[in-house]
Amino acid sequence: MPTLALTINGRTHEVEDVPADMPLLWVLRDRLGLVGTRGGGGIALGGACPVHGAGSPLRAGAVPARARAGQPITTIEGLASADGSLHALQQAWIDHDVAQCGYCQTGQLMSAAALLARNPDPSDAEIDSAMAGNICRCGTYVRIRRAIHAAAKAGAAANTNTTATGAAS
Amino acid sequence: MSAQMHDGFTRRGLDDIARDMTPAPARQLLATRLARRDFLRLTGLAGGGLMLQFSVGDVRADAHAQASAGNARFAPNAYLQISTSGILIYATQPEAGQGVKTALPMIIAEELDAAWEDVEVRLSGVDAAAFGRQFAGGSTAVPRVWTPMRQAGAVARAMLVEAAAHRWQVPASELRTRDSHVIDASGERRISYMALAEAAARLPVPDAAQVSLKSREDFRLIGQPITGVDNHALVTGQPLFGIDHQLPDLLHAMYVKCPAIGGTVRTANVDEIRALPGVHDAFVIDGNGEVTELMSGVAIVAKDTWAAMRARRSLRVEWDETHAARDTWTQSQSRADELVGAEGAETLADNGDVDAAMAAAAQTVESVYRYAFASHAQLEPQSCTAWYKADGTLEIWASSQTPQRAVENVASALGMDSKAIMLHQVRMGGGFGRRLVNDPVCEAAAISRQVGRPVKLTWTREDDMSHDFLRAGGFHALKGGVDDAGRAIAWQNHFITFSADGKSPVFGGNLSPTEDLGHLIKNFRLTRTQLPWASPCGFWRAPGASVFGFALQSFLHELAVAGGRDHLEFLLEILGEPRWLDPGNTWTLHTGRAADVLKLAAEKAGWGRAMPEGRALGLAFYFSHAAHVAEVAEVSVDDNKRIRVHEVTVVSDVGPIINRSGAENQCEGSVIDGLSAMLGQKLTHERGRVRETNFDRYPLLRMPQAPKVSVHFIESDYPPTGLGEPVLPPVAPAVCNAVFTASGHRIRTLPISEEGFSI
Repeated sequence: MPTLALTINGRTHEVEDVPADMPLLWVLRDRLGLVGTRGGGGIALGGACPVHGAGSPLRAGAVPARARAGQPITTIEGLASADGSLHALQQAWIDHDVAQCGYCQTGQLMSAAALLARNPDPSDAEIDSAMAGNICRCGTYVRIRRAIHAAAKAGAAANTNTTATGAAS
Repeated sequence: MSAQMHDGFTRRGLDDIARDMTPAPARQLLATRLARRDFLRLTGLAGGGLMLQFSVGDVRADAHAQASAGNARFAPNAYLQISTSGILIYATQPEAGQGVKTALPMIIAEELDAAWEDVEVRLSGVDAAAFGRQFAGGSTAVPRVWTPMRQAGAVARAMLVEAAAHRWQVPASELRTRDSHVIDASGERRISYMALAEAAARLPVPDAAQVSLKSREDFRLIGQPITGVDNHALVTGQPLFGIDHQLPDLLHAMYVKCPAIGGTVRTANVDEIRALPGVHDAFVIDGNGEVTELMSGVAIVAKDTWAAMRARRSLRVEWDETHAARDTWTQSQSRADELVGAEGAETLADNGDVDAAMAAAAQTVESVYRYAFASHAQLEPQSCTAWYKADGTLEIWASSQTPQRAVENVASALGMDSKAIMLHQVRMGGGFGRRLVNDPVCEAAAISRQVGRPVKLTWTREDDMSHDFLRAGGFHALKGGVDDAGRAIAWQNHFITFSADGKSPVFGGNLSPTEDLGHLIKNFRLTRTQLPWASPCGFWRAPGASVFGFALQSFLHELAVAGGRDHLEFLLEILGEPRWLDPGNTWTLHTGRAADVLKLAAEKAGWGRAMPEGRALGLAFYFSHAAHVAEVAEVSVDDNKRIRVHEVTVVSDVGPIINRSGAENQCEGSVIDGLSAMLGQKLTHERGRVRETNFDRYPLLRMPQAPKVSVHFIESDYPPTGLGEPVLPPVAPAVCNAVFTASGHRIRTLPISEEGFSI
């Protein structure tokens, strides 16, 4: 079986002995020690496990790792900047104290990040629709909505500031 | 230790867990104080500093601790360390999302007068001798530790002030504290706790009873919204949960048990499984026949979880089901239907003259309420990492709500000395009562011992839903009577529940007369019939209350409607004059606190306002876990029985709020969980096998279904109590009462999907 090359958070990993049907989730968790992507054991029903492939959310629990060979993958461990500064959503999740148990929240963040990347200012209905695949057993949906709006606002403010700075220089 | 007996397997320890969660009279609670001897000052911290170790008396343990050896009451239970580098508070109680890892250290920090930014919180080890009881269940953590933790903070603060007084040669009474500093009378001299720690450590420990505590007006931290201490690690995907634990040379295991609980392995093709790719070993474990510990099964150990999962598809097991559970839900339902017209087999209460009052009533109403068995469905799959070492010791990383009991369970299952077992508590991806029982921990330990390597056991969702400790189903045949003024005069409840041994009800089936609000009505009768049920039942968030609330609070509304009364007014009339049911015992209903939450919920939700066609408000109240909670749901219902829940207003009285953010989060989450459970969650067994084994047949509420939740607290002066569970019971009846008002349909079955409703 050929070695599998996966590009995760900008770094290439060579993984030995990956069966054709082995989901990306278990390669990340058991082979690479990237445990921030978490499964709900729910045959792609829980939505705890999203990662990004080319900006779109992927169910790591359902996608075979070999199907992603050579294509860039972003996991929760790569959502913040390399210097450690948090994504606006991560900061909003802390500011709004979204989590209870927290187990699903990395998946929620990855789905929310994909949403904001294509729709920087989503409505409640757009948030509901984009996040409907992610179960939160503790029931933090009210706060997830609030935090996504806050991050969208923060993102808009950051963009305005960038534009203003650009105009001044 | 008594165990409920079923011929196939026993349930060691479940009674003990139930007792741990059973409230002791709050008279004891109020009396819990630390004495001087409960504090131990320890010096010798690296770099010098004050380490204050103190005990937390556990009122729950008192009653039986007195009768048993190993009284844990004054065992040291928490650590506060102040050194030159900062303030460290150990969180000793298991964290499952209920927020104790943040809220409990806040109590110490408040009385210490520490700046929260200076405080580091770490999860403590598991050790009864060092930490006293460590336990997450029954919403008991806050009431258990409230006074002792305040005293601990206050004692440390007093010692730091004394150290500053010595240094500045001024009376301690002239000094004050703020934000981890001692400040002199002029305000010119300030010194940090960290700089004083070493000197404070040399001072005698004052008597906790003589150290004054802050009055509520002076709280600066308690009552504030504080973000969870693990939030940064959570949002960046750091390893935090049991399932995240990693070790060198770790093997990964699955454990396959009979889908009908109690079945044992007769034969299994383990030789074939061993030869499959990635498989390290496969073997049969006989177990000890305790469903709470280690049941018969087949272990598959592989180099990663996926290899074990794949190999499992080839596993062929012949089960011996001679002693397995054979429960069938449809048969239980039929049997209950035959019984609802009759009185129960046992009479639990019979006050006044129910028959005469019913005969004299202007109107009587009769209804049967039903609810199915349910599963916990905590999102983090059951998992445990265990490492049986060559020297015969065992190290375990476990997601457990009862980490100390887990050690005892493993010692029992493996025939080991508990002293050879070191168990680390790990943050849990939800508990909801499932992780009060430690069966996966015992399994991981047994598998590691067999292979002599560290092993991480992971259950599939199917394993979890097939081997849960169920929320019990049940039935209530209710009859009520009102007089010609619409006043409730009679109440009768024939409660049909389940029993494994034919003697005592399963857990979650213990409805006491005082829990049935109908007992406030003069003529009241509660009878009970127990049907056989072998599959184990356990503790599902707000055990019993979570479903009793639906039946009892819905039927109260039926009576109010029959009497032509406003629901709020009707409930207030039944509650009557403000009083404790058991005077002085804050774990009993206080009718005045109940009335206050009802009135505020009605006011906040705009009770009585005009609503468009098909839209209405519904009200419900429940008292559980020492908390008084009222809720109003605003819903609309269409012709296809599709319910939209627009908003749920929650008003609770649990005394002072500690972490406002965490408390609101628990209320919001309980509403979502309550909706989720009422909507479509049911387990139907057929010959002992669960038919709903994954989220396709066991739906959880999703974001588009989530309503707005408005949370309000009445922060009375009573000692604070927990919020993890008591907000859940009023959710279903508030929604169902609103559905009736909006549509005329009275829902009497959970889940409501059984009656064709959806959300």
